[in-house]
Amino acid sequence: MFSKTALEVTGNISSRYNRVQYYFLLDKTNDELLKANERLLNQQKQNFSQPDTGNLLSAGPGINDTLSANRKWLYHAAKVVQQSIIQQNNYVIIHRGSNQQLRNDLGVVDINNGVVGKIVETSENFSAIMSLLHKDSKVSAKLFKYPDVAGTIFWDGKTPNIVELIGIPKSLKVAKGDSVITSGLTATYPAGYMIGQVAEVSPDKSSSNYQIKIKTTVNFYNVQMVYAIDNLEQDEIKALEKKLEKKNH
Amino acid sequence: MSPLIKNIIRFALFVLIQVFVLDRIHLHQLVTPYLYFLFILWMPFKMNRSWQMVIAFLLGITLDAFHHHPGFHAAACVLIAFIRPYLINLFIPQEGAESNYNEPSVKSMGGYLPYFIFVTVLTIIHHAWLFLLEAWQFGNLWYFFGNTLFSTAISLLLIIITELLFVRKQKFKTNTI
Repeated sequence: MFSKTALEVTGNISSRYNRVQYYFLLDKTNDELLKANERLLNQQKQNFSQPDTGNLLSAGPGINDTLSANRKWLYHAAKVVQQSIIQQNNYVIIHRGSNQQLRNDLGVVDINNGVVGKIVETSENFSAIMSLLHKDSKVSAKLFKYPDVAGTIFWDGKTPNIVELIGIPKSLKVAKGDSVITSGLTATYPAGYMIGQVAEVSPDKSSSNYQIKIKTTVNFYNVQMVYAIDNLEQDEIKALEKKLEKKNH
Repeated sequence: MSPLIKNIIRFALFVLIQVFVLDRIHLHQLVTPYLYFLFILWMPFKMNRSWQMVIAFLLGITLDAFHHHPGFHAAACVLIAFIRPYLINLFIPQEGAESNYNEPSVKSMGGYLPYFIFVTVLTIIHHAWLFLLEAWQFGNLWYFFGNTLFSTAISLLLIIITELLFVRKQKFKTNTI
């Protein structure tokens, strides 16, 4: 209760400060939005010509009704008002809360598709995101090269913007610069969102796995705009899990 | 200006400067200077110790609210508010000198040396406790040592600059109470 009220009050003050600070970052944010827009434009259907009509048939009609119940992921844009970097537990505060359809456990990405973290607390108009740079942050991830092997991302509390990936066996060839993406095995993030790029690979002497250091895609020193991703199936999955628990007891 | 209003303004200024200026400084991605606890060091001599600790707690919990933390700053602030009267008794030049002036400063503590020993000791205690609590989350020993050492150095530098820039006018009151 206290932390909710505190979030509302401090969020309010921070958003006032951020209105001034954001002014000086407008050109940078603008460039990033332009890039994000370019990427989205390139994905549009009319950019691809398909000479073979049979090809289209075999692909199937697909479900394109965006209002229907088939939607799984729903995106909510939000403005960052405050972020911390060098504490041992870091949070990003955004100006959107439970009155604007956000709730706990939503994954959050930035405009360049980099994973920021997940929402752990919401007040009426603000939400606190546990960023990747947090003691309790654990994200299921995989290497883009090897989509079958999933590992776990966590932070060791030492350097900002550097996280660790464990659970990748030594039999795979991992090189510096390889992309690391979300695995999609959890209900929090869709598959394929960038977490970072491999910065350093070293074999773990006590196990058959690598210890991989990863430079995050998101520059946590300067996050200004983010998208919270709502998994509309999350409630159903949770209900199912509860049912299973009852059955096992 | 009455001391109450002066201290309320001071409180707000210290919190705002800490949160919106100093917290955004990351020297070598590690060290952040802390200045806000100077408010506790500057509190009047003639104040009940329990009240000092209550106000220190309020200051700390305000900082924690901004950091979304479960009370690290509050713990460190209450600790130095508790220790502060002992140190003042140790360094004050003579018996009853605290009734000559309102609050600790270079002048009322009788020179640069005693005042800065007073400030240094409390800074080290505050930082050590704060970073110990933070480092415990990961069991990260070097974070504790590195941050305590460098943050203390930077904070002390800032405190000296603050003392030189904002000279507090201290009226000499008669020592006949």
